[in-house]
Amino acid sequence: MHKETHWKHGGIVGVFGYGGGVIGRYSDAPEQFPTIAHFHTLRVNQPASKFYTSRFLRKLCDMWDHRGSGVTNFHGSTGDMILIGTSTDNLEPTFYDLSHQFDMDLGGSGSNLRTPACCMGKARCEYSCLDTQAICYDLTMTYQDELHRPAFPYKFKFKISGCPNDCVAAIARSCTSIIGTWRDNIRIDQKAVQAYIGGEIAPNAGAFSDRDWGTFDIQKEVIDLCPSGCMYMDGNELKIDDRECVRCMHCINVMPNALRPGVDCGATILNGAKAPILEGAQMSTLIIPFIKMEYPYEEFKDFVDLMWDWWMEEGKNRERLGELIQRQGLSHYIVDILGREPIPQHVREPRSNPYPFWKEEEVPGGWKRDLADFRARHLA
Amino acid sequence: MIDTSMYKDDPGYNIQELLDKPYDPELADREYNPQKPMAGRLTDQGPPHYEQFFPEVIKKNYGKWLTHEFVQSGVIKYTSETGDVMWVVRCATPRLITTNLLREIGDIADKFTEGICRWTTRNSLEFHVTDEGTLKDLMEFLNNFKHPGGSYKLPIGGTGAGITNIVHTQGWIHCHTPATDASGMVKSVMDNMFEYWNSHKLPAKLRISMACCLNMCGAVHCSDIALLGIHRKPPFVEDDRITGVCEVPLAIAACPTAAIKPAKVTLPDGKEVKTVRVNEPRCMFCGNCYTMCPAMPLADEEGDGVAILAGGKISNRITQPTFSKLIVPYIPNELPRFQSVCKIVRNIVEAYSKGANKYERLGDWAARVGWERFFEQCQLPFTEKSIDDYRLAYDTYHTTTQFKWSSHTDKLMKEAGY
Repeated sequence: MHKETHWKHGGIVGVFGYGGGVIGRYSDAPEQFPTIAHFHTLRVNQPASKFYTSRFLRKLCDMWDHRGSGVTNFHGSTGDMILIGTSTDNLEPTFYDLSHQFDMDLGGSGSNLRTPACCMGKARCEYSCLDTQAICYDLTMTYQDELHRPAFPYKFKFKISGCPNDCVAAIARSCTSIIGTWRDNIRIDQKAVQAYIGGEIAPNAGAFSDRDWGTFDIQKEVIDLCPSGCMYMDGNELKIDDRECVRCMHCINVMPNALRPGVDCGATILNGAKAPILEGAQMSTLIIPFIKMEYPYEEFKDFVDLMWDWWMEEGKNRERLGELIQRQGLSHYIVDILGREPIPQHVREPRSNPYPFWKEEEVPGGWKRDLADFRARHLA
Repeated sequence: MIDTSMYKDDPGYNIQELLDKPYDPELADREYNPQKPMAGRLTDQGPPHYEQFFPEVIKKNYGKWLTHEFVQSGVIKYTSETGDVMWVVRCATPRLITTNLLREIGDIADKFTEGICRWTTRNSLEFHVTDEGTLKDLMEFLNNFKHPGGSYKLPIGGTGAGITNIVHTQGWIHCHTPATDASGMVKSVMDNMFEYWNSHKLPAKLRISMACCLNMCGAVHCSDIALLGIHRKPPFVEDDRITGVCEVPLAIAACPTAAIKPAKVTLPDGKEVKTVRVNEPRCMFCGNCYTMCPAMPLADEEGDGVAILAGGKISNRITQPTFSKLIVPYIPNELPRFQSVCKIVRNIVEAYSKGANKYERLGDWAARVGWERFFEQCQLPFTEKSIDDYRLAYDTYHTTTQFKWSSHTDKLMKEAGY
């Protein structure tokens, strides 16, 4: 055993008209392993939130046994269904089969829009403030050209989570994180609150059931852990100062039968997450505190146009959006590029150095000055 | 019900029709003509509409779910405002799945769940049922669904305060840049931590993630425990190949520490070529040069191995999302079972389980007790490799006199003769 990979670097292969979706893979020991001498991967765009029927899976198996290795990933890290291993001459027929017999299409790779991904949203989750599947499907369909033809400086990812629990890791893994939130009040069922206090309902939906943590203590387990301290008991009533709430989901997670997100829902948009290569890992940073996400998502798509135009114009080769924001400045991005008003929510804390870039037009009289006049007042 | 009226004209609404026909292995051979690739081509059609794969109970209750409950590890009961009830059984998969197993999954779905299943973001498989009798039968079936050696094929678990499926990357299975074996390490760690997969006994959920090189296509940088393949030897430079296979300026620009400089060398055959030289002490082993240039490979049996990072999270619950921190800089690739990785993961999980408060994630526990105490309680040596010297390193400096006395300071005192 060599403890070193035997897959060669790269190899540009693909299907006609697409600049992504196929990862070329060649063995560096083709004589020893002739059947996998070329063994390319196809990324196949998954149906949003990854439900399948057995009829679909079985037919897919028939296809992949015929066209490829019979090995798959359910799923790749970005969310695609991954078909691992076929030869170059099978790529076009596989694509033909996928598109004609399955209504499937390839996913993103390289400097493309990568396949958008979402949590299960309203299909199963009572927390979801967004119709995550609908948004995911619509963005995927709207941006097919960007998904298949590389026109970006580097990869670009959309991820959509229905609530701040962020089950699809949007804040850590996407250039544009769309995370559900609400503007009105947490809905409270006081009777159910009492049922939790009385021990009739297991806290956190029973997620702690295999250990004795003692009897449920709403003060200790909910009110004291609230990050903004916005909850209190008023006699037998749980009160929430919703204006102070930061919507962290803890109280709702602990008492899902008693508390629900509000009904005036939308999304918080954050930008710029990426893994450490190269300048270090970044988390998405808050850009739009609240936006209604309703079909056909025009307000959101207008924002996407501004964001992409800037990144495609200014981004260096292999520079992610988050790195460009760092290089040119978050304030420049928010104010000059997006034309949005800066708000305290855009920063964790204000800067601690006194070096903002003043613009000439912000200073009365501008920057053109008469040196002779200056020296007439100040001897050198 | 879901409003799909806006998609009524989508061509992507015909999956049932397509699936009524068996797979035709000769269709592409008959119809696809490489000389005329656009003839009959379907392009940019996107994925099929998701709604076509939903169980009836989900179509009916979409957006109407009221609450959920973990009946036991791996079993979630959902209640809708329509009064409907649905149970979901979650099981682990290895992510790397053959068509054989996929067909078996299809058979299970046909037998118990009207032919429908779902995969989670963390590669677990879920089955949906609407009556308790079927739930019981399905669970009994899965509990007896085993490999010939006796291990579970689709073990139930992965909910609540336990360890979920380990998301991971391709590794040596199918990637050109890995520093380790992803699937083997994940299998070893999951086997070792199995008691936490199918129970709710930790202080909070615990997410382990695995990426086989620093490219982190698994994006493990916000995990409670991250296992990461790393290189430790600078890249080769293949002078006789480099101009043929690389854009030399791109390779130079790829280096984050500017360790790669252009050079001219004379090959043994007398030919002068443009190539590069690596200032090796500046190399941080990220492999970004190899990504840009196949003539700069850096994989090495002795150099490569595993680093462990800990204390990250994604959820906004109570505390803010956080990066994982480097706590073990290197462990050799111990094939096939990665015993040192398994042992360290177990030590961390057990120390966390013992020390953390209810609802406290691993990183929040470490921050509360102090990282000095974290290293002590996890029985991990602290090395200079955990002191950041890359970008934004200052953010991690300890600019206060507040610290705890620990085994580390005890040792210093003793050595100083205090």
